[in-house]
Amino acid sequence: MKLTLKIWRQKNSESKGQMVSYEIDNISPDMSFLEMLDVLNARLILEDDDPISFDHDCREGICGSCSLFINGQAHGPDRRITTCQLHMRKFKDGDTIYVEPFRAKAFPVIKDLVIDRSAFDRIQHSGGYISVNTSGNTQDANSIPINKEDADNAFDAATCIGCGACVATCKNSSAMLFVGAKISQYSLLPQGKTEASRRVLNMVNQMDLEGFGNCSNTGACEVECPKGISLDNIARMNRELLKASLKK
Amino acid sequence: MPKKKLTYSLNYRRPKSEYSPDDELTICIRYYHKCNQTKKTKIIKKSTGVRCMLKDWNSDWHKNSDRSPVKSSDPFHKKKNNILKKKVKDFDIQHLYSNVENESSSNYLKSNLPKGSIDLKWTNHKNTINLVSPANKRNIDIIVVGTGLAGGSACATLAELGYNVKAFCFQDSPRRAHSIAAQGGINAAKNYQGDGDSVYRLFYDTVKGGDYRSREENVYRLAEVSANIIDQCVAQGVPFARDYGGLLDNRSFGGVLVSRTFYAKGQTGQQLLLGAYSAMNRQIARGKIKMYNRHEMLDVVIVDGKARGIITRNLINGELERHSAHAVVLATGGYGNVFYLSTNAMGSNVTAAWKAHRRGAFFANPCFTQIHPTCIPVSGDHQSKLTLMSESLRNDGRIWVPKKLEDVNAIRNGSKKPTEISEEDRDYFLERRYPAFGNLVPRDVASRAAKERCDAGFGVNKTGEAVYLDFASSILRYGKEQARIKGEDENNNELIKKFGKEIIRKKYGNLFQMYEKIVDQNPYETPMMIYPAVHYTMGGIWVDYNLMTTIPGLYAIGEANFSDHGANRLGASALMQGLADGYFVLPYTIGDYLSDEISTGPIANDTKEFMLAEKEARDKLDMLVNNKGTKSVDYFHKRLGKIMWNKCGMARNKKDLQSAIAEISKLRKEFWSEVKVPGSQFEFNEELAKAGRVADFLELGELFAKDALNREESCGGHFREEYQTKEGEATRKKEFQFVSAWEYVGEPKNAILHKEKLDYKNIEVKERSYK
Repeated sequence: MKLTLKIWRQKNSESKGQMVSYEIDNISPDMSFLEMLDVLNARLILEDDDPISFDHDCREGICGSCSLFINGQAHGPDRRITTCQLHMRKFKDGDTIYVEPFRAKAFPVIKDLVIDRSAFDRIQHSGGYISVNTSGNTQDANSIPINKEDADNAFDAATCIGCGACVATCKNSSAMLFVGAKISQYSLLPQGKTEASRRVLNMVNQMDLEGFGNCSNTGACEVECPKGISLDNIARMNRELLKASLKK
Repeated sequence: MPKKKLTYSLNYRRPKSEYSPDDELTICIRYYHKCNQTKKTKIIKKSTGVRCMLKDWNSDWHKNSDRSPVKSSDPFHKKKNNILKKKVKDFDIQHLYSNVENESSSNYLKSNLPKGSIDLKWTNHKNTINLVSPANKRNIDIIVVGTGLAGGSACATLAELGYNVKAFCFQDSPRRAHSIAAQGGINAAKNYQGDGDSVYRLFYDTVKGGDYRSREENVYRLAEVSANIIDQCVAQGVPFARDYGGLLDNRSFGGVLVSRTFYAKGQTGQQLLLGAYSAMNRQIARGKIKMYNRHEMLDVVIVDGKARGIITRNLINGELERHSAHAVVLATGGYGNVFYLSTNAMGSNVTAAWKAHRRGAFFANPCFTQIHPTCIPVSGDHQSKLTLMSESLRNDGRIWVPKKLEDVNAIRNGSKKPTEISEEDRDYFLERRYPAFGNLVPRDVASRAAKERCDAGFGVNKTGEAVYLDFASSILRYGKEQARIKGEDENNNELIKKFGKEIIRKKYGNLFQMYEKIVDQNPYETPMMIYPAVHYTMGGIWVDYNLMTTIPGLYAIGEANFSDHGANRLGASALMQGLADGYFVLPYTIGDYLSDEISTGPIANDTKEFMLAEKEARDKLDMLVNNKGTKSVDYFHKRLGKIMWNKCGMARNKKDLQSAIAEISKLRKEFWSEVKVPGSQFEFNEELAKAGRVADFLELGELFAKDALNREESCGGHFREEYQTKEGEATRKKEFQFVSAWEYVGEPKNAILHKEKLDYKNIEVKERSYK
């Protein structure tokens, strides 16, 4: 395959970036999108050019590192996958592909396609946990049976990989799907109920402080989420928030 | 490598007084060797072959090797002295090192095993080790490098206890550590299924699965704390799979006869890591953990023989930083990426562990590598990494290749589909060879069996390196069961298939989806193609029972250490070990060491040791950036990977290992003269980070091959072609029932071997049979 790539290049967080065009040839349809970028980088290095920086690690769709906005879509044209699972067979010979970083006010660019998602970490610091110490004396794991449906829903919410596709996709740069997923996971489990009010108030507050926008129920985040996290989680978070605010 | 002072001596075998002046003895070249770690010195002698009578020996040997040790009273004194001079001149001390080894069990390896019967050892140990009071914990700093299951859980627990923790990861968030990719599950001796499981059985399975090359005491402790891990994780909100009664569900994994594996679909590692991450977050919010994301450890700093800090590079701006603490914990994972292609994440590396090794931590059993049988086969040269298909799939998938070569050819050229091969023309080779365990034999056994079939020409893809993993019979079995439950017609094939697929989707949905995205085939309709790939490294930094390395104050936990899995790890045991070390072992044992540090006060990071270590790291980075060679880092990494896979992979032999050592050594020289790293030190520079990691892999690879060469037996993941039965099973040897702990002395091929003998008092060492 022969392709034209238009890629966002930005030296560092202070400098201004721009789209740069690259021609690339001999791309196999079995390559992953990141392997195609590897090929381009190998060439750039030998041509004394600066290789393109992008975040990636596990390359099997679970670590949540990769974060490319390809042809206007988070993680590219395919559904329910991350960029590293996107294969070149989804493109046609001669295509022009636009590659940008995930863009949001709360996700500043570090270099090229690499962004700083530490805002997500800070939201988790504000309440994304259950306060239990490691003691070896916690009660037996089976002492509280959990309704299978709740357990499964908690699991589905917990599959979030924290990649930020929801934020990048949302016209408001809202992080509600991410935050909602974490709050749902804990609010569905008996272990998480004790501090549910405090958690939702703190996490939502931190989310606002980080500069993420609000939800206007467009549902684009659910469509682009590589793990298919459901909008129900946002609804559940809003219910929890309302409950907690009333209690307060 | 310091220059050694050489002298001569006679090779006395009895006390000097027992010799008469006319006795003739061999003259040796002798020198001192100082052990990096213990600072103890031992004398090493090397025969010259020249003999001399006692009366002709110049006993004044202390001076140096320039003198003539044979007196003129010997008629051949001139000739002899000339030979000796020449021998000293040509004396290759580096070469000699490679032949030095410590007999049976090394004095330098103190495992600190507690006394008492095995089931009481850990309890006794906890009762007798020293503790640090809560007030003193506030004054003690601990550095933890790596935030996977072991590192993350250790950080959280140490901070809960009151220590000040500094945590480091090279990823942009601790949640992205590679533990997250673990799929199948975590073992625990809960016996919730009532199928006869117990702590002893988990211990037994793990030692046997490791082919009797792990330390009994550590494994028993692991089995003991395993049940607590599940309790802890559930309390943290980890959503394990449950049945309709609301209780936890289990499945079975390779090499065992019970169901003791807890799981969260195919994402158990993710859920457990997020649990540890959430516990960390709570402590970060409290200020007890200071988290450093996008920081890579480049060296460990030793002050007065103790680990006192690390040098890190901030990967965003390239600045080097000095961090000090009272103890350093390495939780930096395994080194599977030395093979270039592995199921490890792209960033997984050996740098932290290797730097510790260079500073004096012994590296144990580097050649014990797990090659996982069920990975997606390589599709071409562009491949950057391999993807694992969880071992849990072998619960329901059956592995086969065609019986007839003409069917193989027909499949390869596309004229036949695997579903068209009739049952009697299929060779379910694991079920055939190992009827007792069938498709659930341990990983090393399954991998070798697949390789054997593919080497015999039965591989089912274009490259001839793939076998089938088939779910058709499970789909039918589950479908019939569902039809009965739902009161539907159990002879309606379409309906049964539909029901069966639903069950399979529920159990393995995300794995099937992952497969389909990569291979572009629907595994519900046609069997998966799989082939073994490098997955886990059982070897690692040598640690004692307290998980301390041979450097006081330096600890290694999780995959980074060597202790629990012997020569082969059982499925779902990595998560168990990581969390056991981090939640339940290290936080206790580290107190024993730190109890001596309560009055030390803060550790300064501007001492000469820190400055020197920083300078060394800086010089190395400078060298890489200024090298301006012609070849990229990946070029060398790929070549190293090829050598490793072809010569140190699933089957090894003496000749190949010897040539691997030479080739890697040569490649390393080429790397340092030819590598090209673009950009500068003081910026976000992924190529530079990669170059540093590959440089360390190029040293580790050589030690790996040396260890494999030295271990003249087959055991677990280490298979030497010279040592196998007629049926091709591994032949273990009694004289190799030890841990190889290597001491760094310069070139990796010259590393000195220390042996830790392994005793099995609670398990009978038997032929490992899964038939």
